[in-house]
Amino acid sequence: MYGWIWRHLPGGTASRAALALVLVLAVVALLLFVVFPWVEPRLPFNDVTVDQ
Amino acid sequence: MTDPQLGLDATQRMDRVPALEPRAAAAPPRDPLWRTLARGLGELLVTAGLVVLLFVVYEVYVTDLLNDRQQGQLNEQLHDQWDAGPAPEAGTPIAPQVEPAVGEPLAVLHIPRLGADYERVILEGTAEDELSQGPGHYEGTAMPGQLGNLAIAGHRVGKGSPFLDADQLVPGDPIVVETADAWYVYRVLGNPGTGDYTTDPSGIPGQQIVRPTEVSVIAPVPGSAGVAATGAYLTLTTCHPKYSARQRLIVHAELDGAPIAKADDPDGPSALQEG
Repeated sequence: MYGWIWRHLPGGTASRAALALVLVLAVVALLLFVVFPWVEPRLPFNDVTVDQ
Repeated sequence: MTDPQLGLDATQRMDRVPALEPRAAAAPPRDPLWRTLARGLGELLVTAGLVVLLFVVYEVYVTDLLNDRQQGQLNEQLHDQWDAGPAPEAGTPIAPQVEPAVGEPLAVLHIPRLGADYERVILEGTAEDELSQGPGHYEGTAMPGQLGNLAIAGHRVGKGSPFLDADQLVPGDPIVVETADAWYVYRVLGNPGTGDYTTDPSGIPGQQIVRPTEVSVIAPVPGSAGVAATGAYLTLTTCHPKYSARQRLIVHAELDGAPIAKADDPDGPSALQEG
C-alpha cells in the first residue's frame, strides 16, 4: 500500500517525500477534526452523569 | 606470468563473472500474490495501531486544547451577559437566578484545591454537547445558593478534564460558585479535622463512589430520593476510575454561610485563597 503510493507520487525523492508528508498531515487532520469527534460520543467511556 | 602490474589475473577473473547488463535491464520479477497480500495486511494493521494511538492523543490532549478555546468564549459570553445586567449595588438583596436555556452558560466554578486559578464556566444541561464545553448543570436541580442540590457533571479525562482530580478534594475544601451578583461558598462534607468523609453531622458523605444508575446522589437531599430539600447542597459527578465509565465519583458539599454580594466583595471571598 505505502509502496504503491510512493511509486505513484511524481518527481524525485525530495518531491515524493514532501508530498508524502503533506498526505500524512492531511490524513491526521481528517482524523482529528472530522473522524474522532464523530466517533467519540459513540464510545462508552465518556459517561460522567448519573442516569437510569 | 602472474605479475600484478600486468593485471593479467584480474582480467581473467573479470571474464569469468557473468555479464550483469541484460538481467538488470529486465523488469523485476513480480512478487507472488500471497506476499503482496501479507504485506498489505501488515501495513493495514500497523496503520490501525497508529490510528488508535492518535485517538488516545486526541482524547487526552487535543480535546483539552479545543476545550480551552470554548471555555474562553463561554467566559467572555457570560461576562458580557453579566455586564449587560444592572450593576450590583451594595446593600440590595441578591436576586434568585433563573435557570437558563440548555447550552447557555450559567455560572463560574472555582475550586482552589484544584489550582489557584482553577475556573470553569458551568453550562446548563448534561448532554455531550454541553459537557464537551465544560461542566454541566443537571437540568431541574437547584441553582446556586438555592435550597436543594446544585448538581454538576464534568469530564474526568479530556475535554479540559475539569474533574480530573476531584478525588483529591477533602472535607472542608471550598467549592466557590460565582454568579452575576454573588459568590456562593460550598464546603465538602465530612470531618475536616480527621479527613473522614463519612462522619458529617448531616449523614451525607463528602465523597462516594457509586454505580452509574445511582440517581439519588443528585436528589435535593443527596442520597435520599423523594425527600423535600432541607439544605443547600452541591454535588459533583464524574467518571471513575480515570479512563473508565464503570462507576461514578461523587463529591457532596454544603453551602457555608450566606452568599457574598459582589457589590461588597468584587474580588471574591477569602475561600478562593484556600487550598
